[in-house]
Amino acid sequence: MAAGFGGFVTDTAASGELVVQPRMGFGDVATMRIGLLATKRARAATAGTITVDSYTRVGDLDSAAAALASGAALNGYPLVSQGVAANKGLLNGVRDATFPVQVRHGSANPVKIFEALLDAGLDATEGGPVSYCLPYSRIPLSQAVDHWARGCELLATRGQEAGREPHLETFGGCVLGQLCPPGQLVALSILEGLFFQAHGLRDISLSYAQQTSPEQDAEAVLALRALAEEFLAGVRWHVVVYAYMGVYPETPHGAASLLTAAAELAVRTGAERLIVKTEAESRRIPTIEENVAALELAGTAARAARPVAPPPSRTDSQVYAEARRLVEATLELHQDVGRALLRAFKRGYLDIPYCVHPDNRGAARSHIDGDGALRWADVGALPLDGLVARRRSHPVGSAELLDALHYVQRRHDGQEHADGGGRSDHDEGY
Amino acid sequence: MPRVLPDLNPSPRTGRPRALVSGVASDSHTWNLVYLQLVCEEEGLDVVNLGPCVPDDLLVTECVDQRPDLVVISTVNGHGYREGLRVVPKLRARPELAGVPIVMGGRLGVTGRREDDLADELTAAGCDRVFDRGGPEDIEEFRTLAATVAWKADDAAARTPVQFG
Repeated sequence: MAAGFGGFVTDTAASGELVVQPRMGFGDVATMRIGLLATKRARAATAGTITVDSYTRVGDLDSAAAALASGAALNGYPLVSQGVAANKGLLNGVRDATFPVQVRHGSANPVKIFEALLDAGLDATEGGPVSYCLPYSRIPLSQAVDHWARGCELLATRGQEAGREPHLETFGGCVLGQLCPPGQLVALSILEGLFFQAHGLRDISLSYAQQTSPEQDAEAVLALRALAEEFLAGVRWHVVVYAYMGVYPETPHGAASLLTAAAELAVRTGAERLIVKTEAESRRIPTIEENVAALELAGTAARAARPVAPPPSRTDSQVYAEARRLVEATLELHQDVGRALLRAFKRGYLDIPYCVHPDNRGAARSHIDGDGALRWADVGALPLDGLVARRRSHPVGSAELLDALHYVQRRHDGQEHADGGGRSDHDEGY
Repeated sequence: MPRVLPDLNPSPRTGRPRALVSGVASDSHTWNLVYLQLVCEEEGLDVVNLGPCVPDDLLVTECVDQRPDLVVISTVNGHGYREGLRVVPKLRARPELAGVPIVMGGRLGVTGRREDDLADELTAAGCDRVFDRGGPEDIEEFRTLAATVAWKADDAAARTPVQFG
């Protein structure tokens, strides 16, 4: 009997280890299995990942099956098309009490993926009605909220029937990868966590993606913890930090320095789990060996950062104040958190900078301030009166946008470099 | 199959030259599209940005409805060659779009390297330019191309098809 994902992470954290986890997905069973086994054997406290391919993500199962049949390269594992027997074979002897496996997918309509992972005996996955719709899908937010409500209920019911505690992680703390001010990332993570709880989940993780300033990032994770204590009663939860998801450093030392900073952020703030990135990230989907190297580097950096004092409970920061305001303003709009989210986006109480989905207002803008912190350039209709000065931003040009997108890369590579085509946005292949 | 949303930024034909910027069906990346929109605008093109995850049929319909002077398809998730080879012929199959310049770029394969055979196939399928070298030279060349389209299309008297390469 495999331990639940949340239980494993909590126990590992209690023993003083940070759980590190890759993004990893390959089209064929054999390579996927090799990847999972390599993750398991890596010299670090690891959890496994199966990232699905992007045809499966958008529900284009015909294209996934066609690619599988023709042997064409896929950017992830086609969990639904492979079928139950292949999926069970993949996990047999791999997943156990010491090695839980999470399915990562990026889907605004996750029901088929959840069915497939439950059929395979898995019970841990991630996403959210906002975070996997607005930036990454074309379907209306209202449909994504309905799909995710059904998905959560399916995961909770079938997982709990099987005597397990299914686990769901919010992706809300990572939206658009970069240039979303931390206050809103924290608020979205909490709101998606509340949505999961309302639809039956009792074991949740809350994400936050490393941004541009180590000090502000630490404020953000501590704010996330404080708000989780306040709002998520009756749920077992932990925090997962994502190594930077924007344009990644191109040099090995730059990539290592950024990943080390992410591990230190996690340890300093009491986060229990870290999603790593590799030095290949700026160019392509990483290999298994590059992922193992990143896991071991992160594990080593986390151990070197200890011991640390227990993280303080911080409720006096700007990030906390903004996040709390956004959460409360949203929850006041409707007693059902899904309906509240819809109203909040309609009114612009939540507004993701640069997200072009029609259900996102698109009036808010962000910038990287002189001290490296990510702040609001224009709050649009966000209810942040008294917390953020109102001003109108000037239109951003392509050079300025590129400069902001490459800020972290430049800082860690230690050189002036701008490349218009870097992989960015979020994670895996999608 | 989810209902597809209407055009993200519908705007009537104003007479200014226009580019249509789009991702492909399976690709959820947005920053590349936001960036290319700004580049096109700076070179004098109005932009309709369809955003990420655009199903083939929607891309075809929008191109037919909007009649852009340039179609820009950008993708970085590694399925680009495959999806381009599927959707570009669909665009070219429409007589209304027979003459519109179509360009595609980004990280088109899963290996991170240019794949010459697939790039040639894309060109043969009707793509006027494939920007898959992954460096700043691609952007500079694209910028020049966008400026040329803007200039040629703006000159209503000389509405001749733009030639590439």
